Amino acid sequence: MTFIPKPKIRHPDLPLNELGLTRRDYEGSLSTLCAGCGHDSITAAITEACWGISIRPENLAKLSGIGCSSKTTAYFVNGGHGFNSVHGRMPSIAAGANAANRDLYYIGISGDGDSLSIGLGQFCHAIRRNLNMLYIIENNGVYGLTKGQFSASADLGTKAKKGEVNQQPPIDPVLLAMNLGAGFVARSFSGDKQQLVPLIQAGLNYPGFALIDVLSPCVTFNDHEGSTKSYAYTREHYEPIVEADFVPLRQEIRTDYAAGESMAVMLHDGNQVVLRKLAEDYDPTDSHRAYDYVQQHITRGEYLTGLLHCRSTAETEFHALSRTPSQPLNQIPYSQLHPGSAGLARLLARYR
Amino acid sequence: MSRVNDFAIKIATVNGTGSASANTLLMKSIFRSGIPVMGKNYFPSNIQGLPTWYEIRVSKDGYVARSGKVDIMVCMNAETYARDVREVAAGGYLIYDSSWPRPALLKREDVTVLGVPLAQMCNENFKGVRTRILMKNICYAGVLAALLDLDLARIRELLAETYAKKPALVESNMQAIQLGYDYARANFVCPLPLRVSPLEKTAGHIMIDGNTAAALGCLYAGATVAAWYPITPSTSLMDAFKSFADKTRIDPETKRAQFAFIQAEDELSAIGMVLGANWNGARAFTATSGPGVSLMGEFLGLAYYAEVPAVLFDVQRVGPSTGMPTRTQQCDVLAAAYASHGDTKHVCLYPANPEECFYMAVQAFDLAERLQTPVMVLLDLDIGMNDWMCRDLVWDDAYRPDRGKVLGKDEIEKLEKFHRYVDKDEDGITYRTLPGVHPKGAYFTRGSGHTQFGTYTEDAAEYQVVMDRLTRKFATAKRYVPKAVLQGDGKAKVAIISIGSCDGAIREALDVLAQRGIKLDYLRVRGFPFGEDVEAFLESHDRLYVVEQNRDAQFRSLLILETRVEKAKLHSLLHYSGLPVSSAFIVDGVLADLAEGQQTVVGVGA
Repeated sequence: MTFIPKPKIRHPDLPLNELGLTRRDYEGSLSTLCAGCGHDSITAAITEACWGISIRPENLAKLSGIGCSSKTTAYFVNGGHGFNSVHGRMPSIAAGANAANRDLYYIGISGDGDSLSIGLGQFCHAIRRNLNMLYIIENNGVYGLTKGQFSASADLGTKAKKGEVNQQPPIDPVLLAMNLGAGFVARSFSGDKQQLVPLIQAGLNYPGFALIDVLSPCVTFNDHEGSTKSYAYTREHYEPIVEADFVPLRQEIRTDYAAGESMAVMLHDGNQVVLRKLAEDYDPTDSHRAYDYVQQHITRGEYLTGLLHCRSTAETEFHALSRTPSQPLNQIPYSQLHPGSAGLARLLARYR
Repeated sequence: MSRVNDFAIKIATVNGTGSASANTLLMKSIFRSGIPVMGKNYFPSNIQGLPTWYEIRVSKDGYVARSGKVDIMVCMNAETYARDVREVAAGGYLIYDSSWPRPALLKREDVTVLGVPLAQMCNENFKGVRTRILMKNICYAGVLAALLDLDLARIRELLAETYAKKPALVESNMQAIQLGYDYARANFVCPLPLRVSPLEKTAGHIMIDGNTAAALGCLYAGATVAAWYPITPSTSLMDAFKSFADKTRIDPETKRAQFAFIQAEDELSAIGMVLGANWNGARAFTATSGPGVSLMGEFLGLAYYAEVPAVLFDVQRVGPSTGMPTRTQQCDVLAAAYASHGDTKHVCLYPANPEECFYMAVQAFDLAERLQTPVMVLLDLDIGMNDWMCRDLVWDDAYRPDRGKVLGKDEIEKLEKFHRYVDKDEDGITYRTLPGVHPKGAYFTRGSGHTQFGTYTEDAAEYQVVMDRLTRKFATAKRYVPKAVLQGDGKAKVAIISIGSCDGAIREALDVLAQRGIKLDYLRVRGFPFGEDVEAFLESHDRLYVVEQNRDAQFRSLLILETRVEKAKLHSLLHYSGLPVSSAFIVDGVLADLAEGQQTVVGVGA
């Protein structure tokens, strides 16, 4: 959250997106996280993703709770409003903000402590509500700001820096989200920008709740031998299973996807997500099979990554169920919101 | 003892037996006869089977509080019979169901006992257990109609309105009314000396509860996001808002709703949603009660410090902890004023009746956006859930919401740089921007230490600049909160000072005391922070009775903390039984204190 302005030096040849903006226009303040922190790579991927799909900076609302991960909303897209709220309660801020203005992009950045312990309830209910937002968990298995306690995502048997062994089973946000009916559930690794950027783009455009659980090693408290969330361990055990590409409405699907291996999931506004399976027996559009498949791999100690589950849930999205108009609630003229003095007389008739 | 249009009836029943319909019918028929009337419901935290009471006070003088006395008791609940019998005032009447023998031990010589075989008559005339139970209650309304000389045509008219879509029910209800009515006429001298006689004192008035009125205020304030977690006694406020919004905010063609109504997973989430929506430029509110206020504390602190508007209705109930959820108290005065850790203070409004709930609801949204801070409207169960006779609510079509200092797109465009917390106007209130408007207006809303430019800080001086400005903003708030209401010429040396729903009982008590030659001034405070009008009143009186409905004298504490008043001048009259304070309690308290010079008069029971 520390605010250190970056020098604005603009190279004349920086590429421009559709809005005529450069990648620099999507940056934020200088990060104050530890050098090598996985979170900074995610920040870079978000910056790249937003630039790539030409989101107007002011149309991105950046929401977070408390923790190392939650600080990062200050480190990308300075032109978007940020709301760094209280620990574990970002989803409720997102729900209210989204209710008020359905036209913005909502990105919530959380951590494993913020989402899986203190904020587990709100996390679950944001999924149930099918809020149209991208929810990123920067998952490192430890509490960083309070110096290395296990979080609820710490694996059984993983070792803390000081040698303590975790004896409680982890809560896996991917399995949990699938269980609660989320329609866009992904896992990625902070070190795999190539996978992460299209996932973020697809998640931002997915009309409903989109979760990306990003394994993001903590260099200071959880990058040692014996930890299952270290860079080394993650690189060894993560397995891309399905690649996703976000295909905007205007763009044609590239032809290099071999038929049978790829499947397109239509989003309600004409955008598509194209999934390329890397394993034959995996169907990411079937939530039950995806759940079983992911769970089996977790049991074997393997982190499957990619867009593990994707299906359209537009019909249950919060605004669809609330039957709100296409005009955002915060922009409806006041004159339409009350029936005036004549209407009051009518409403009061039954109290006479 | 002939007392026309001036008595109290109490009806003891079992909850879940349909007695509410009978009681409302009685009260409304009196109201429609042009006679001022008040109804109070003392109900259990339970769905069915526990004792419940309803008190109807008929008052030609328009007194709206409990008198503290029961003239006619209708005993429909064997379980509470003994205590109900004891409560009737000498010279009063007791009506009971004589279908079964009454324990001889419960006799009282000083009251007139009227037995009516209600169960027997209903069993003979109606089929089905449920119907018989419901009709037994309607039947006592018929008995009272005969005893009090109520107009049967008016009762029929009310039933026809209630059951407009089920005409068969009008006939069966009317049959039950007639059974009771005829029995009473045949067996007792009707009407009683305690009876009603039509007046013309209710024209231009309505009978409404405070939760409904507050909900209506939210509708008229233009609130578009409502988020809450169900909790007694605030739930009906949200239900009412939903019902009004369904009637007025849904496009008849597209069926699109111009509001979002969100049942949250808990109170923490409810207030979070309210903050998120207000941050994003929608008027949003929540309603809760004491336990909810406790849970919302952390977010309220964030809203205070990050300066996010929010409107919260706290319909207070008996604490501490779960307390007595269906009984009334004013026990969140301090919890609301100082909700959350750290140096936090919140703007509070104290409506005295449903009429004021309507206007203060609108005002709360204006204040929240003008001051960019949470505003809490402190109702209580008595105001929120009981039907009060109020003047007609009126709406000024010229009203436009005060959205406060919000910069629009063009204004932001002209700025060289936007700074969120710089006090340009020197009133402590800074300019804000909304998301989605202009990239130059973007800032970072945070609960962590920040500078006046909106950036993170751990620097002592920078932190204090913001904290000191918040103090100035709170001082500015004094100018905006509603002024206190003074009754009396301000020249008496002794006075009463109070808040909220004590008002009715105090005003009646002042009349009673005046008749005894004791003249007191009375100031009803309507908002926190306290303005100079409150300071001046405290200053100009030697002895002040602070009337409030909690054990710990919370309002008195707040006065001591937040004004220049000398502590010793403030004498508490504390009522915290869970029932609404009665006028008798205040009269007795003042008289006892004046006579004996006691410091504190504590009320129990009555």
